[in-house]
Formats: sequence, C-alpha cells, structure tokens
Amino acid sequence: MTQVSLLKTTGLAILVSGLITVGCGKQGSTVSSEARSSENKKEIQNAGSDTMVNIAQAWAEAYGKANSTVDISVAGGGSGTGIAALINGTTDIANCSRAMKNIEKKKAKNTHGKDPQQYIMGLDALAVYVHKDNPLNEITIEQLGQIYGEDGSITKWSQLGIKPNDGHDEIIRISRQSNSGTYVYFKETVVPKGKEFKLGSLDLHGSKDVVEIIGNTPSAIGYSGMGYATDHVKMLKVSSKQGQVAYTPNIENVVNKTYPISRPLYMYTLGVPTGRVKTYIDWCLSDAGQKIIIDNGFIPAPKN
Amino acid sequence: MLHRSKYKVLSEGIIECLIRVCGISAVVFVFAIFLFVFWQGKGLIFSGEFEFWKFLTTKEWYPASESNPRYGVSALIAGTVSVTVLAMVIAVPFGLGVALFISEFCSPKLKETLKIVIELLAAIPSVVWGFIGLTIMNQLIMKLFGAPIGLTVLNGAIILALMSVPIIVSIGEDALQAVPDSYREAGIGLGVTRWQMVYKVLLPAAKNGLLAAVLLGVGRAIGETMAVLMATGHAVHIPFNAEFPYLHGLDSVRTLTATIAAELGETARDSSHYQVLFIIGILLFTITFVVNLTADLIVKGVKGK
Repeated sequence: MTQVSLLKTTGLAILVSGLITVGCGKQGSTVSSEARSSENKKEIQNAGSDTMVNIAQAWAEAYGKANSTVDISVAGGGSGTGIAALINGTTDIANCSRAMKNIEKKKAKNTHGKDPQQYIMGLDALAVYVHKDNPLNEITIEQLGQIYGEDGSITKWSQLGIKPNDGHDEIIRISRQSNSGTYVYFKETVVPKGKEFKLGSLDLHGSKDVVEIIGNTPSAIGYSGMGYATDHVKMLKVSSKQGQVAYTPNIENVVNKTYPISRPLYMYTLGVPTGRVKTYIDWCLSDAGQKIIIDNGFIPAPKN
Repeated sequence: MLHRSKYKVLSEGIIECLIRVCGISAVVFVFAIFLFVFWQGKGLIFSGEFEFWKFLTTKEWYPASESNPRYGVSALIAGTVSVTVLAMVIAVPFGLGVALFISEFCSPKLKETLKIVIELLAAIPSVVWGFIGLTIMNQLIMKLFGAPIGLTVLNGAIILALMSVPIIVSIGEDALQAVPDSYREAGIGLGVTRWQMVYKVLLPAAKNGLLAAVLLGVGRAIGETMAVLMATGHAVHIPFNAEFPYLHGLDSVRTLTATIAAELGETARDSSHYQVLFIIGILLFTITFVVNLTADLIVKGVKGK
C-alpha cells in the first residue's frame, strides 16, 4: 500500500517538475529574445570563433567590471557558427578568425538590409605544433600542403628526414572540424588551391583540444592559434618555400609579416553599430582592451 | 454489485484516458520523428543530383567543400560497423556471463547488490564515458598497445561495451529467469553439473531472449553519439583491409552519429550539407529499426515457428 502511494507521489512529482521545467524554458527564451531585440536592455551577445573565445571572455569580464550596467555573454562554437548566428539575428557581434565570405555578406544583407561591418581586433599566428620531444624544428608551407592536402605525398615522418622518439613513423594529422575559421584559413593558406584536406585526420572540436592531444601524442602534428601553446608542445618555425628562412610565430614576425601563416581576428556587426555595442568594440580596440589580447598570447591590432 | 461514487467513476475514466494517450503518443512520436527526418532530407534525395549508390559506396566525405562537395559515407558506415562489432565482441561474452552469474550462481543478497550496481553503470551519462575515453583510455591504449594515438576503434568499442553491458545483463537475466523451474528440476534430477545445466538446458531454452538482449545492446551501440565522438578520434578512415586481422582496432575512425552531432550545428538550414546529414539520420534510423525489429521478432519466437 505504502509502496503504491509512494509510486504515485513520485510520478506526480516527476510530472510536475517536468511541467515546471517546460514553463521555465519558455519563459527564459522569451526574455532573452526580448533582450536581444530591444535596444535599451543592457545585454550584448557575442558568439563565434573558438580561437577567440578566451580573449572574448577576458574582454567581457574586464569590461563587465568597469561597466556594471552592461552584461556581455560570450559563446564559442566556431567562426561559421558565429556568422550563422549573426545572419539569424541571434547575436550582436560575431567573432571570426577568418574574413566573412561574399556569399555570407550577401545573405546577411538580404535578411536584415544591413551590410556587415568588419573590425580587425588583433592578429594571430597560426602555429604548427608538434610534440615537445619531436626533433623537427622547421617546416615549409609546401611540406604542410603535402601532409595535409588531398593526394599529398607525405604521410611518414621519415619523409621529413626525422624519427619521432616513440618509434611511430606514421604522421598523425590533427585538424579541426569544418565550421572552424582556423580550418578554413589553414586550408586556404596551406593546401594547394582547389584541393581539400586529406581524409583521415583527427578532426577535433577546439583550439585547446588540438594542443592537448598533440601534447600527449609524440607522432602528431597539428595547427592552432599561437595563444594556445603549452609546455608539452613545440611550435615549428615555418618558411614559405624550401631554402628560405623559417620564422618562429611571435609578435615581431607577425607584425612585420615574415611569418607566413598569420591572420587577422575579426569582429562583425550588422550595420554600423551604435550605442553600447559601439562603445564595447571601441573599448576592445583601446589600450586596455588590446593589453588583454597580448595577455592571452595574441597580437594587438595594427594601428592605422 | 460494488457501488462506486460518481466522482470515482469519473476520475477512473480520466485516468484511463490519460494512460491511453500516453500509450498512443509513443507511436505518434516515432512516426512524427521519422517523417520529420525524412522531410528535412527529402529535398536532396529528389533533387536528381543525389546518387544513393554513390552516397553509400564512396568514402570521400567533403560536405563543406565550396568547389566540389562530395557526400560519401562508406567510411562513416565502416566506422560505425567497426566500433559496434568490436564493442559486441567485448560486451556479449561479458554481459551474458554477468547475466548467467546473477541469475544462476550467486546468493540473493549479492544478486540485489549486483543488479543495483549494474543499473548504476547504465546511469552514467555518455559524455562522461566520452571524457573517460578521451583522457584515461587514450593514455592507457597508447601505453598498453604501443599505438601512436589512443583515440581509436578499440577505445570507442570498450566504452560502448561498458555502456551496452547493463542492457544485455538486465534483459538476458530476465530471459534466464523466464526458463521454467521444471527444466532446472529435470536437469538436477538427471544429475547434471552446474556448467552442464547452463550449457545444455538454460542457454538453449533462453536463446531467443538472450539473442534479443544482444540485439538491443547492438542498437544501443549503433545509436550512441557523444562517447564515440570523443573516444574514436573523429577521423574519416576505413579501418578494414585485406591484411590480417582485417579489422584494425588501433585506427581512428568516425561514426555516422558523431558526424551528425559535430556538423549539424554549423550548416545553413536546407543547404545540401544540412540535408545530407538528415539522410544519414534516415540511414541510422533504418539500421536501428531493423535491429530492434529483429530483436522483437526473435523475442516473440516468430523465427522458431
């Protein structure tokens, strides 16, 4: 008897809690969409590039401390996700580690009637990482193309003239998922034109994951933002052609453009921003904001 | 005749009605989901550019390519099959062994404890399993097998095996319990040993139920997403070839489910990439449907008649 009533009450409790959650979910979503649409609510939505997510968070925190009236929410997911969110109208600012494609700009214009505005927030060298014990020190863009590109001929470390100390000759290629701006940028810069990536790479979901896995895998190679370097990995010097000088990814080499795979980090808004979004972007580009870029291992935006 | 108040009769009616709705809703949901998945994917299926045979048999998976998108899922199917098969090779003997032990060999007290612990195993969220695969198992496989990287078929298979063991155990145990006691008594009467009892009496008598248990475990393994996404390395690669041992457990693969999970968020609605992911959904739905239907038919003993 008691068991039956217990069952009943638990059943009821589950039902009720289910209803409450459903109710809350609805309420929550309406509130946030209102906040997004109306200008006087103090919220800024900021989504996109996984490379930039650490900087974006640091900016949001520092800015929130200085201006308690504004609430900035940051989401990662990849540059493609950020742009999709901008086009769908669910974010105010899209962070992007690649430039917006023309087709995406057109789509945004068609949906909202406003041209996307581009801001260069800083620079990033896309570092090529190997395990810290890997004897390789430098690599050329061509070699990277042969390693990563479709039909590329390099699959073994011995083809690069080295032997990783765990004895595995096979190169374990670490790559990113296809909505990542880093993925797109690396493909455009390294893989021969018109070609795709070679199949069979480990397509990881985050900039940090790439570096972590390489730190654990002696025969792996991968690419990620230079801000993600750890003690377990080594950044290779990169030269644009065989026989040319290879450069380390650092601030100096990126600013004077000798390091061949560096790129701007962007923020995009729909139309020329006004009010709090403009104030926020201006702040990010100010000295205080640019100091945060340096603290996170990236390079400040060139002043013009 | 028993007299009931009007209120009681009414409330009884309402409750009955509610329960009926719950029962029917399950059927409605299944059909609604299938229709939805089919609807989202149909644009590409009927577009004329889509060749179903090529989709199934080529391994080039470049859905995001701007110049030349190619949708070949054979490597993804091979990934799902390899992980599932290896998982079952591990989980079936283990799961059936546990089911036999719980049902036949252990004391009632131990039995209760074991059942609770195994149910707890089923309650661990799949993302936690994935995390274990990504961190602990990765290192372990590299050390034990000398593999260049631990995010492999084997890693995913071990994780999936642990996830499907609870299903195999609980359904297998039910099947063994359902064997009439008269069979056991007859066996004891003939003086069989315990092992002979299991081998000659229980397993043949419960074979339909045990097979169903295994197939439901397979269904679980095929449909699992998060854990395999994290544990298998997510690389488009076919782990089978003509060299012994044919299935290479230390290769990285990518499964059908993981592909949907990783790529759906990025795609523009109604683009070809979006639709092809839904076609993969239809494919998965068909596979699990066939597996579960087979399990059902076996339980009902249709095959035996």
